[in-house]
Amino acid sequence: MPATIAVVSINPPTHKRSRGHWANVAARIVRNPLAMIATLILLTLIFIAVFAPWIMPTDPFATSMFTRLKPIGTPAHFFGTDELGRDMLSRLILGGRLSLFMGITPVLTAFVIGSGLGILAGYAGGFINTIIMRTIDVLYAFPSVLLAIALSGALGAGIVNALTSLTIVFIPQIARIAESVTTQVRRSDYVDAARASGANAFTIVRAHVLGNVLGPIFVYSTSLISVSMILASGLSFLGLGVKPPEPEWGLMLNTLRTAIYSQPWVAALPGAFIFITSISFNMLSDGLRSAMEVKQ
Amino acid sequence: MISYLIRRVLYALPIMLGVAFLCFMLVHIAPGDPLMSILPPDASVDLQKQLMELYGFNRSYPVQFFSWVWRAVHGDLGSSIATGRPVAQEVFKAVGNTLMLAALATLIGFFFGALFGFVAGYFRNSWVDKIASFISVVGVSVPHYWLGMVLVIIFSSQLMWLPATGAGPDGSSSWIWDFEHIKYLIMPAVTMSFIPMGIIARTVRALVADILSQEFVIGLKARGLGEFGVFRHVVKNCAPTAMAVMGLQLGYLLGGSILIETVFSWPGTGFLLNQAIFQRDLPLLQGTILVLALFFVSLNLLVDILQTVFDPRIERA
Amino acid sequence: MTDERDIGGPRQPLLQVRNLLKHFPLKGKGLPFASARSAVRAVDGVNFDILKGETLGVVGESGCGKSTTARVLMQLIQQDSGELVFDGETVGSRALPLRQFRRQTQMVFQDSYSSLNPRMTIEDSIAFAPTVHGVTSREANTRARDLLARVGLQPERFAGRYPHELSGGQRQRVNIARALALEPRLVILDEAVSALDKSVEAQVLNLLLDLKQEFGLTYLFISHDLNVVRFISDRVLVMYLGQVVEIGSSDQVFDQPKHPYTRALLKSMPSMDPLQRTMEAPLAGDPPNPINPPSGCRFHTRCAYAQPVCRQRTPMFANDDSGHGVACLRYEADTASLFASEVSYA
Repeated sequence: MPATIAVVSINPPTHKRSRGHWANVAARIVRNPLAMIATLILLTLIFIAVFAPWIMPTDPFATSMFTRLKPIGTPAHFFGTDELGRDMLSRLILGGRLSLFMGITPVLTAFVIGSGLGILAGYAGGFINTIIMRTIDVLYAFPSVLLAIALSGALGAGIVNALTSLTIVFIPQIARIAESVTTQVRRSDYVDAARASGANAFTIVRAHVLGNVLGPIFVYSTSLISVSMILASGLSFLGLGVKPPEPEWGLMLNTLRTAIYSQPWVAALPGAFIFITSISFNMLSDGLRSAMEVKQ
Repeated sequence: MISYLIRRVLYALPIMLGVAFLCFMLVHIAPGDPLMSILPPDASVDLQKQLMELYGFNRSYPVQFFSWVWRAVHGDLGSSIATGRPVAQEVFKAVGNTLMLAALATLIGFFFGALFGFVAGYFRNSWVDKIASFISVVGVSVPHYWLGMVLVIIFSSQLMWLPATGAGPDGSSSWIWDFEHIKYLIMPAVTMSFIPMGIIARTVRALVADILSQEFVIGLKARGLGEFGVFRHVVKNCAPTAMAVMGLQLGYLLGGSILIETVFSWPGTGFLLNQAIFQRDLPLLQGTILVLALFFVSLNLLVDILQTVFDPRIERA
Repeated sequence: MTDERDIGGPRQPLLQVRNLLKHFPLKGKGLPFASARSAVRAVDGVNFDILKGETLGVVGESGCGKSTTARVLMQLIQQDSGELVFDGETVGSRALPLRQFRRQTQMVFQDSYSSLNPRMTIEDSIAFAPTVHGVTSREANTRARDLLARVGLQPERFAGRYPHELSGGQRQRVNIARALALEPRLVILDEAVSALDKSVEAQVLNLLLDLKQEFGLTYLFISHDLNVVRFISDRVLVMYLGQVVEIGSSDQVFDQPKHPYTRALLKSMPSMDPLQRTMEAPLAGDPPNPINPPSGCRFHTRCAYAQPVCRQRTPMFANDDSGHGVACLRYEADTASLFASEVSYA
């Protein structure tokens, strides 16, 4: 006799949920010393960037022809002054804001757009996949530096233009990963089981695909942040990104180039900061990746 | 396999067309009238009309595109606004210089990268691995234009061992492979080698670690294969992929050399691009980018073909 | 004993499979526009009925098309031609749209791990299907916990766990619970116990039998393990290279096999009885290629009884009065005389 499954509610049992996937990942990262150092550095930098206006010792735009190119350690200008007499420490702090912003924003935007395109291509398959991926292939056929410069060069200098060209550079890379991971997930038995239960594509993507796919895409994207920072600063270095007198680390490297003979260490400072930030992002990204790779 | 190769080559053609299209569009996404970008501001009406005819801005887009491609295929990439010389000429002169730089940088990067990566993979998880891995992370994270500046500070300004800029005591037109000239090549090449070094080190490390962890290596050792034999075996298995990565890095450096060439005033395509951007010299910009991008696509194609031919394990449907 | 969803009555087969065809075209190994593309003929004209309340076993070698048939039955793959009739209604027609069919037919897969979303707790995995069909999530979760209890996993301990924290046998129980969440009438079990240890397998088989009785289910049980199939099935179907070669009750097929392939399969089962040792390998050679099957009767290349006519003529499937059907020229009226009466295996 077919019994309708009795909806007997047993006293709502206090079953505990096991630690979810991300909690496990976080736990593993905490145990990785390099990743923790990197996180610490990044948090400090972000903190400084956010609270820059209140942390800066003096006005980063105040020029003075008398105090040009003072060395590191000058009283009142701890990190020296630049070629227009502006305080380096203040400019570095304020510049961090813009540099970090230009590094993170394109990757974030590209993450959203690239994932969307890649997941669509990966799940839909067939004709849609071909169209999307072949178009992406054309963009991917350019070395990223070249593409960034070509687009920036054509659009002209300016923050928005630089952000746009960098986003376009990263979308193909993220979309490829997204498509590849989505295709894998699409083939798995649990997606078939979900299809077999009558769910439509939207529901399946929301409930089953996204949770399994966004993780790897996200980790890959974090590895792009350091590239983005270097490229963005590079664009400013060439005069294509941020325009003076806004402080930005790459732009500062450019304007200080002539000073490498008179005040080499002051001139090298902005680049050192780009380096530290970039390497921290990379170490964090590596830590994330190995934390996610551990076989359950 | 032949059919795969043919299909791979055929597949590259629409990509190249797409690339050309993108280069073509660069002029049109630039703000302002494309004609105005090409002409000096005080050009006469007649000159404007002439160029309008020549570039065909008064014709429809597809026609413009195809006539541009047609001319490009025949070696005519237009003329530089700034110098008036044919773009193709400028570009090919510069490509040689960049190729020299990129090839040397790739070789240096490959040598050290493979070394570090190999050592790291062989002695996995030991302190040797950690140091070697750290060096490769540095390679990938360092802003190379800054590194160039630092090297100039150290070796040109402070120590005065090497010249800071340029490609030779009397310019780039006369290059001889002697020490006088090579002095100019060293710093830019070393600076540029950091990126491929980092990437190749990571790749090789992963490959070596993967091969060593496979069970058949244990089987080989159990049958008495000595350390050197295992070593040779690992090298044989890594080599195809490592070479492929090296090839790709070369292509990447060719396209991405602008920053280094700016720092060192090396007269290559990157330097040319820099000029083109600052002078809003759009034909030069377009032509240079087209040549570089096509180079990159062809290099990728070559690497792919060589990989298929030399590595029989790759299953190509 | 009536299921309120029953339309056709007890005589109506639950599922009728008619002339199912599914070929997988091979990606052009040649140049893009070359003609003569060949295909893997995975399912090549399959006909059978699944009766209400029975367990129909399906056996055959790897590559014979069992799994593909199962997936076509679930409509996870669309057949190239042929139709499915569920309780008298054609699947996909206005009377029985696909979504409704899916409520009544569910499947349990072979790989217990990949059938479960690694990021979902097992309670949520089981509750997913009902929520798709409009059940509130609270009620779906309650139903999920009840089902867990019913398959032998205590809800308090297991509901909040993730798949990787369970053993293979436990995961398969979860998969069964998941299949039952929609209260289906037909459950397809595709090698559902093949990957389990023997002792666990026995437990799961007994569970399946209990559930079948309790919920009035019908099973299609696919397996390559003949002993298990015999234990659990009422009727058995034998497949070879994408076609049905024999069908009959469990006793008929195992004790009086008609088709030479069935006989060879049964002979190849290892026996504990020293008197039953086989002196020669009953089946010669590897299974031929499903891309280019042999002409005439597909089995003729490995058949101990083969005659020249077998290469030329394709046998038609025919049932005798007791419902024991076979596709073999030895049983067809006009060719039966061409064959020797018995070929004995030593």
